[in-house]
Amino acid sequence: MDVVTLALPPSLRSKLLATGFCTTTALVSVAPFQLAREASITLEEALAVLSLVPRTCSDHTGGPVAGSTTAWDLLMKNERGRIETGSVEVDKILGGGILSKELTEICGVPGVGKTQLSMQLAVNVQIPVKFGGVGGHAIYIDTEGSFMMERVLQITEAVIDSLRIKSPGFSAAPLTAEDFLSHMYLLRVHDPLEQLAAVNNLPTLLDQHKEVKLIVFDSITFNFRQDFENMRERTRLLASMAQKLMAVAEIYDVAIVLVNQVTHKVTSEGFRTVPALGESWSHVCTNRLMVYWMDGQRYAHLAKSPSLPVGTAPYVITEEGVRDAHESHKRIKLDDAQVRSSRSLG
Amino acid sequence: MASTELSSLELKDSIAHVFRARNILTAKDALFKTELELVELLDMPFEEVQSALAIISAKVCPPCHSVFDILSERAKKEAAFGHLPTGLGALDEYLWGGIPFGVLTEIVGHAGIGKTQFCLMMSVLATMPEDLGGLDGSVIYFDTEKKFRSGRLLQIAKYRFPEHFLSNRILEQLATRVLLVQPSTVAELMLRLQGLEESIRQHGVRLLVIDSVAALVQSEYGYDRIIQRQEILGKQASILKHLAEVHRMPIIVTNQVRFQGGPGGQATAFSSAGRKEITLTAEEASQEGLDLQLTAALGTKWAHAVNIRLVLESLSGNRYIKIAKSPMSATIAFHYEITAAGIEQIGDETFDASDGGRNMIQWLVPYPLRFVI
Repeated sequence: MDVVTLALPPSLRSKLLATGFCTTTALVSVAPFQLAREASITLEEALAVLSLVPRTCSDHTGGPVAGSTTAWDLLMKNERGRIETGSVEVDKILGGGILSKELTEICGVPGVGKTQLSMQLAVNVQIPVKFGGVGGHAIYIDTEGSFMMERVLQITEAVIDSLRIKSPGFSAAPLTAEDFLSHMYLLRVHDPLEQLAAVNNLPTLLDQHKEVKLIVFDSITFNFRQDFENMRERTRLLASMAQKLMAVAEIYDVAIVLVNQVTHKVTSEGFRTVPALGESWSHVCTNRLMVYWMDGQRYAHLAKSPSLPVGTAPYVITEEGVRDAHESHKRIKLDDAQVRSSRSLG
Repeated sequence: MASTELSSLELKDSIAHVFRARNILTAKDALFKTELELVELLDMPFEEVQSALAIISAKVCPPCHSVFDILSERAKKEAAFGHLPTGLGALDEYLWGGIPFGVLTEIVGHAGIGKTQFCLMMSVLATMPEDLGGLDGSVIYFDTEKKFRSGRLLQIAKYRFPEHFLSNRILEQLATRVLLVQPSTVAELMLRLQGLEESIRQHGVRLLVIDSVAALVQSEYGYDRIIQRQEILGKQASILKHLAEVHRMPIIVTNQVRFQGGPGGQATAFSSAGRKEITLTAEEASQEGLDLQLTAALGTKWAHAVNIRLVLESLSGNRYIKIAKSPMSATIAFHYEITAAGIEQIGDETFDASDGGRNMIQWLVPYPLRFVI
């Protein structure tokens, strides 16, 4: 490997090259003080250079595959909790729900229920482990202003009600909406700059809130669909943002849900609805869930996944939130909602 | 936030100096570059770039509060959980109290269906004292189609609240609280929107109306400039949302409808150089084999931007309001009439109006319409 490929400041790099350290192999056997003296750099700089050199390449005990895990170990490590969507059918195509350490994209036309699905996940992630949940907190990054607190409250009440009915041990340690809502953190992002800052700042936030198991971006798209005359700059920023999100998901063991809008693409047959942000973005997400309407019915379609077959499931959005299509459809009543609001807020 | 100067941040002097020397002066200059680009540009070690970016990001990143804290704060400050009641029973019920603060509510419908009437009525309501269900504030009314009628505004007020508007003096008070702006170009509208924050505070504005958002952009930006149009609409939406949230007030915009052909309809219009305007009735259109449906103007990107979409439409002589998009309600419709007091609900029946999310205006209007094909 060339020294040029290392992320070094140009001045430091030129000093190394001038002294004859052109490849990383040359750096492997060098001691820090030796490097410092020969390249006439400080000891700190020498240490920084050496920390960037991939050691394993020359480590003969393991060979080039040192540090790898076997597929079996990976499988055993994969006992990760899944966050349910509220609809058993949709969970089925997702293999049980949204998985941590992965980026899952939800895209669809306006009004199909992307935000509803996201809010449902932000509530469901908090179902305690003893009731079969993940028992984590949630960070919700709202870029469109469509996060409705009253609606989240309503979804939360419905989740608590169903736990009360389903779980016999519930009355011993009853859950309240306050518990749920106190552990859902909301960030309202207004422009691309704030969005980039929020992504950079996630590690800090996650250090403060160690229980977080889900981060929702609703939507990742909105701020990046205007104010960009330079499409290459946009692509570059999106790619860098995606890379950071993947790292965060992996290091902090959280699930990340990215809501994406759709756009029209001109093809030879006319217009076609496709996810926004272009082709290179499509490669970013681990999973892509498309939600759409067909014959007056909402459907979720798993279009991309590394481990699951492509699948489609119908779902509905009821007063309680996201549910299976065959469950009865009830309408929201104002009186109930208001009574609940005032009750849970004391 | 975009103009946050790096000098206002707690960067180490030595680092701040390097940023300045390379003309990276604002948070935007720094964050719009990747770490590796900055390493190259600033000749600085990777870790130092990373830690500088962390400091900048922490400063620019919006605050993070729990939903519970925000809700309790709001419950303390705002009546009806932040809604402006419309007086239309079904609408107030399904939207949990009326037009919500902090979001964009769009009224869609064809000409003459009552969009402006709805806006005038809401303007009256917003100026009413709180004990009469109002917000006791001023209204900024952007009238891009020159359709605003003061006489009608006062008539609605008088018929709706006969006990309140007993003297002309009280009516005058109402009328002076509605600030009418009639921008004639998109640029002017944008400019005024951008400078609005100060005026909102100054005049105690509690409602913003744009009637209509489509008129100007559609006349200035044809199909040949659709990309620029989308761009300007996106900007408008983001300014409006910002205003709605920062000032915690409702914003109502109206939108027109246009015909949309089958799947290929738009494409035809897009590619045909010689566009022609035709006047056709619905029957004639269907005889011509054109599968035409009315839909809201301005496209999908704009539809993503509005938080609530109300569609006004008519079916065999009866008028209906439909909640076509909303994060909290089912898709329902109810019957209304335009009366001297504005818009009133007829009966208390609501209908399930889900049409598979197409936001279509399902019933074609019975009189001739001009449209572009």
